[in-house]
Amino acid sequence: MSYIIIIIGAILVNNIVLMQFLGICPFLGVSKKISTAIGMGGAVAFVLVLATIVTYLIQNYILNAFGLGYLQTIVFILIIAALVQMVEIILKKVSPPMYQALGIFLPLITTNCAILGVALLTIQKEFNLVEGVVFAISNAIGFALALIIFAGIREHVDMQNVPKGLKGTPIALIAAGILAMAFMGFSGLV
Amino acid sequence: MNQWKNFTKGFIKENPVFVLVLGMCPTLGVTSSAINGLGMGLATTFVLVMANIVISMVKSFIPEKVRIPSFIVIIAAFVTVVQLMMQAYLPSLYKSLGLFIPLIVVNCIVLGRAEAFASKNNIISSAIDGLSIGLGFSFALVLLGGIREILGSGKIFDITLYSENYVSLIFVLAPGAFIVLGYLIAFINQIRKS
Repeated sequence: MSYIIIIIGAILVNNIVLMQFLGICPFLGVSKKISTAIGMGGAVAFVLVLATIVTYLIQNYILNAFGLGYLQTIVFILIIAALVQMVEIILKKVSPPMYQALGIFLPLITTNCAILGVALLTIQKEFNLVEGVVFAISNAIGFALALIIFAGIREHVDMQNVPKGLKGTPIALIAAGILAMAFMGFSGLV
Repeated sequence: MNQWKNFTKGFIKENPVFVLVLGMCPTLGVTSSAINGLGMGLATTFVLVMANIVISMVKSFIPEKVRIPSFIVIIAAFVTVVQLMMQAYLPSLYKSLGLFIPLIVVNCIVLGRAEAFASKNNIISSAIDGLSIGLGFSFALVLLGGIREILGSGKIFDITLYSENYVSLIFVLAPGAFIVLGYLIAFINQIRKS
């Protein structure tokens, strides 16, 4: 039962992008087309889950064990940067078509706050490893969901006759606000 | 370079939020009130200035290829300093900013200034650049936080302006952040054009 609460909570009620404001940069930056949004969503999902598992293990078996909790921020960001590099190298070798699809998004992911944010939240909420993995996967789905819906909206907005001053970023932000309002309808679900 | 120009550019001309549209996560996430925006802005300013100074000092020792990871480690060190100081001296502010303090590490503004400015300029120019961009960021956050707080809870810096019966709560909730920032950017664009 608690897993269902984690899943629904992370995907719909506390959506990582629209309610917690993590990962806004890719949300605004690569949401002009649905196809790129799917690529970015996939790349983030992959790194997010991997990073959460690794940082969880490091936090509990190295930092906590040796009383180095204050190094958390530095260690986590280095792990994420190294992981992104590693994923890039492995993908290039093992699955060139997947590298073709996700490659351009990978370098951007290091500075995506969704990754570090979810890693830190997993520690803060004191999840165990399985709950942490479920939490990471749900957040990855939530991120991809928000990104893809928003890309769909933007493809339509770009074709409309928007007032001159609101063109570009402003109208995208207002559309995101209305989308966030729609997601508020889910509050109270858990 | 003209240092006065270097200092004033961050407020309107190269404002990191309104013009460059960087660092959106903390901009939207912590601005439910003006005081939170101010706290976040000043914390980021401290990290920006210190990271810019250190990076411009060590820039000639860092090999080109490992430049970005080295910058990130320097930035992360100063973020940890801010985090520990805030936890000790401003625990209530630290609690309300929450996750966004450690997330200064991945704020694109800080890394952006390190890469675009501090790695090419001397210490004094880099420090002024950090201060300028940081204060511009704080200005944007306080403005956004202030507007949201006035519309959403009828207060500014905890001074009540009008009765809570007339507020529209949506502005302090998540959608309000997007909508107010959208209109603010549109407004600033118009000012810059004319």
